Amino acid sequence: MVSDHGAAAGQPAPPLLAACGIAKRFNALVVLDGVDFTLGAGEAVGIVGPNGAGKTTLLNVLAGAFPPSAGQVRFRAADVTTADAARRCRLGIARSHQVPRPFGGMTVFENVLVAASTGGGFRGREAYDRVIDSLTLCGMLRLANRRAETLGLLDRKRLELARALGTDPVVLLLDEIGGGLTDAEAALLVETIGELRRRGIALVWIEHIVHILVQVIDRLVCMDAGRIIADGEPQAVMANAAVVDAYLGGGHR
Amino acid sequence: MSKQPAPLSVQRWTPLSVAATLAIAGLMIALAFTPLFASAEVIDRLTTLFIYIILAIMWNALAGYGGLVSVGQQAFFGLGAYAAIRLSYWGVPVYPALILGALLAGAVALPLSVFALRLKGGEFAIGMWVVAELAHLLVNLDGLIQGETGTSLIALNAFSPDHRRADNYWLALAAMAVAAAVVFALLRGRLGVSVQAIRDNEEAAASIGVRVLGGKRVIFILSAIGCAMAGTLWLATSITFEPKTYFSVQWSAYMIFMALVGGLGTFEGPILGAILFFLMESLFGATGVWYLVGLGAAAVVFSLFLPQGLWGFIENRFTWRFLPIGYHLRLPEED
Ligand SMILES: Nc1ncnc2c1ncn2[C@@H]1O[C@H](COP(=O)(O)OP(=O)(O)OP(=O)(O)O)[C@@H](O)[C@H]1O
Ligand SMILES: [Mg+2]
Repeated sequence: MVSDHGAAAGQPAPPLLAACGIAKRFNALVVLDGVDFTLGAGEAVGIVGPNGAGKTTLLNVLAGAFPPSAGQVRFRAADVTTADAARRCRLGIARSHQVPRPFGGMTVFENVLVAASTGGGFRGREAYDRVIDSLTLCGMLRLANRRAETLGLLDRKRLELARALGTDPVVLLLDEIGGGLTDAEAALLVETIGELRRRGIALVWIEHIVHILVQVIDRLVCMDAGRIIADGEPQAVMANAAVVDAYLGGGHR
Repeated sequence: MSKQPAPLSVQRWTPLSVAATLAIAGLMIALAFTPLFASAEVIDRLTTLFIYIILAIMWNALAGYGGLVSVGQQAFFGLGAYAAIRLSYWGVPVYPALILGALLAGAVALPLSVFALRLKGGEFAIGMWVVAELAHLLVNLDGLIQGETGTSLIALNAFSPDHRRADNYWLALAAMAVAAAVVFALLRGRLGVSVQAIRDNEEAAASIGVRVLGGKRVIFILSAIGCAMAGTLWLATSITFEPKTYFSVQWSAYMIFMALVGGLGTFEGPILGAILFFLMESLFGATGVWYLVGLGAAAVVFSLFLPQGLWGFIENRFTWRFLPIGYHLRLPEED
């Protein structure tokens, strides 16, 4: 399924989400270094890169999990650099976690219900319908009454996606939700993501499994050592010499 | 998956839980009439039980639902009693002083939350203990209290012992009912799922829009008011105020015991735990050291064999929900 959602060329609409000159340091360790990243409305961008490249860190900065050491994040032209994660979620930026963080003591239904009622601002029946829709999309409806701590890794990842969807996002930031899937499961996931795109949700998807990624994205970004080394049409990025080099030289799985 | 999605329903009350709630309401009405015929001893013991139940509910709301494990809730227990004495000394009628005192002591939790809620996990637990010790020291500085000698709520002596006994009983019963109802309503509402999310994973909660600090603050202040009310009720029954009794860490030990044995993070569990604790105390309290050994042993046995507590066990075994906080999605295959 090659998508035709690409941003119209030559039409410089302001990006939905933009990060300029992002740097992130943990003490002396420089993890992001001068990253510029943009996402258009309804666009889907894939991010690849060797382990430790800084992909998750960039996603954390976009989601507001922590502030960048330098640089600015803008959402719908407003500066959200200092807005925390809860605030950004209420504005419409939702994310999943690479290592799932379920609310273990609550049921799957309740996990997504918190998202729908706080991040999504839905009330009563509307919130329930939102939860049911998110769980159905992620194929988790029959697990609705299970305590989240009893879920296996794959279901925990599905729950990450369902919970993010519950918030009714404009932008969805996904971090390696496709790892460890069988071909059939991967096809289902591609179908789900396709549905999200049809709903007009803009996507940033970090994934090592490139052949899944290219089925749904418009643009591919490759990161290495805290920088973006290539950004553009997926096939072109994959053929890029610097990208090939990063993978051969870096710690490719 | 669903061509024609039949609207799924979300079940909260079940016939069993409706019956249980009605039975509890009936029991409360019966309890309200008990002082008219019960002996002085029974009235006094039941008043104590109500205070234990308030403490258990409040510690459970804080730790079991909010994830804020504290060993310093005696700070509010003691401050409530102290505030009531102060207010009464200033001329506030004694029963209103008991209620106002609890609210005032609970209000202390607001400024306190600014730094206490920055602490995480064990740091918060110990930090609250330090707060309790500090509160104890500060209260001792007030000349009215006369240091560790303490003082009495003399205004209560204006009432005859029988009147006082019955009034204390009714106030405790009402406080318990209000505490249970408020905590139940809050936990069943939006705040309930939000604080549980915070308890289970703060960062994930923030990522879906939960205001982590705000949620914790509500539950922290609520628990403070409840524990302070328990303190003023304790003062009403014993009349004397010795700071070291009220600010003793034993209150935290009792609360933890009641919540853990009954079932932390279930609404009914800690109430059951309080009743159990009360029975153990009534039966064995006079045996002194052996009673404490028994309490410790019971706590160990429960944590080893019933880590989810008595009610947690019952709930899983029989899928009973008397006072349902959670949500159950009715799936087609269940019909
Ligand atoms: N909170 C942190 N404190 C210190 N160092 C960190 C922190 N978070 C990430 N790092 C470091 O930053 C670097 C980039 O991490 P990041 O998780 O962003 O990589 P990634 O591209 O997502 O890798 P992967 O493909 O393995 O998920 C790593 O060297 C990591 O150890
Ligand atoms: Mg990562």
